[in-house]
Amino acid sequence: MMKKLGKIYIALVLMFLYIPIFVLIVFSFNESKSTVFTGFTLEWYAKLFRNDMIISSLINTILIAVAASILSTILGTLAAIGIHTMRKVPKAVVMNITNMPVINPEIVTGVSLMLLFVFFAARMNLEFGFWTLLIAHITFNVPYVILNVMPKLRQMDPNLFEAAQDLGCGPFTAFRKVILPEIMPGVLSGFLMSFTYSLDDFVISYFTCGPTSQTLPITIYSMVRRKVSPEINALSTIIFVVVVVVLIVKNIIENRKYKNTASGKADY
Amino acid sequence: MKKLRFLATPYLVWMVVFIVVPLLMVAYFAFTDKNGQFTLENVANAGQYTNIFVRSIWLAIIATIVCLIIAYPLAFMLSRMKKHHQGTMLMIVMLPMWMNFLLRTRAWVTLLGNTGVINTLLGFIGLEPIKMLNTEGAVVLGMVYNYLPYMILPLYSVMVKIDQSVLEAADDLGCNYMTKLFRVIVPLSLPGITSGITMVFVPAISTFIISRMLGGGSNLLIGDLIEMQFLGNAYNPQLGAAISLVLMVIILLIMTIMNQFDPDDQVLM
Repeated sequence: MMKKLGKIYIALVLMFLYIPIFVLIVFSFNESKSTVFTGFTLEWYAKLFRNDMIISSLINTILIAVAASILSTILGTLAAIGIHTMRKVPKAVVMNITNMPVINPEIVTGVSLMLLFVFFAARMNLEFGFWTLLIAHITFNVPYVILNVMPKLRQMDPNLFEAAQDLGCGPFTAFRKVILPEIMPGVLSGFLMSFTYSLDDFVISYFTCGPTSQTLPITIYSMVRRKVSPEINALSTIIFVVVVVVLIVKNIIENRKYKNTASGKADY
Repeated sequence: MKKLRFLATPYLVWMVVFIVVPLLMVAYFAFTDKNGQFTLENVANAGQYTNIFVRSIWLAIIATIVCLIIAYPLAFMLSRMKKHHQGTMLMIVMLPMWMNFLLRTRAWVTLLGNTGVINTLLGFIGLEPIKMLNTEGAVVLGMVYNYLPYMILPLYSVMVKIDQSVLEAADDLGCNYMTKLFRVIVPLSLPGITSGITMVFVPAISTFIISRMLGGGSNLLIGDLIEMQFLGNAYNPQLGAAISLVLMVIILLIMTIMNQFDPDDQVLM
């Protein structure tokens, strides 16, 4: 009895989560612009692919996400190692400041960066655009890299680095051959988190983008503001399909890894 | 490893320039007028919008409570499923989160509108259309829909660590459902509850998209107010900075209260 109720409950929550997406998908094939289904069409998809604004902002989004996640992974990984070796009080201060962009509402981070950029733009004759977006994205990504790498450093034996040097490694080799492999899982998850946050960010980009450099979420926002635009439904459907495919592939890879480790051959 | 301390230097510079300085600028703008003179006027002017602050706090609290009520049983059931089912179920629950949140919110406009899907369906069974879009209820619904997974995830990750034998022990010692829930499961999942509450409350109180898309013009929240001062017609960064400062103080207060309940002090992540 309880089990059955539980299943019904899960089904209801899933319905709540999926019905809106399902509706978007159905209406992306709807002939008329109204909310009554009148007939099947692919017109909105065709229109979508002819929309230059969407294509250019998509390219822009990917460029920014790739650049921001790579740079913040490098900056954040080095930072985590440095912070790890700090004394207690300075470490606590730095970590508290690092947490700020994570705790603060996005709108406050966006607004504060906007104030800074306005200040610089006025004095140095710069314009809002790719650079402001890139800086903003790195700023909100680095904390996630640090927070992902720090636990791996804490788990690491602090003597390993010294041992490597005693055995004749230079500091750089010791870093590359000893520290880096130990913290790699943290570095990777930090990178992936940065990349997805960058792709999806709207609020901070909204305050820091210029008229020339827009990301996909910003373009979506300007489309959504016009009340009826079925192209949006087509775009949602495409994004949904891409997400589903990516997650299924990820799941298959993970399952395969799990089976390999389960069959007694761990990967180390 | 002390030799490696210098590796943090580039980040420390970055942190000061792009985290500390911008926040100081918010504080500076909040307490100065257009000529850079010290003033308390902006903060006082922010007080004019008390009704908007109250509405934001109120709607965010309702949304957080609804999320908690929906997510708690769900997270518990997830945590008791067979291990290999858990991963798949969790993915199904989190999948909508990977869609852009503007598109997800926009979907509700299609559903709730006066000529929207729900009202069209109501029309078929002969009922009058109900005004759902542009109400406070729609804003709360949008918040719950967008932030529910933020509540499910921390709850699940704490509950999955509760040993089944602890629950069986509670049964053996004669607990009924209620005592088991409130004396065993809730105390053990408290860190998940507190971090779930913060993870839903903070974005909910500071949103400006959900209120604009689902609330119409009449349900402004703090986020809308800030956005209008910086990018809207009412351009007034001093006032916007003052409101942002008040918002940060409110959130800080809520987090401090949440920390009181949390034994491990882990509210943040």
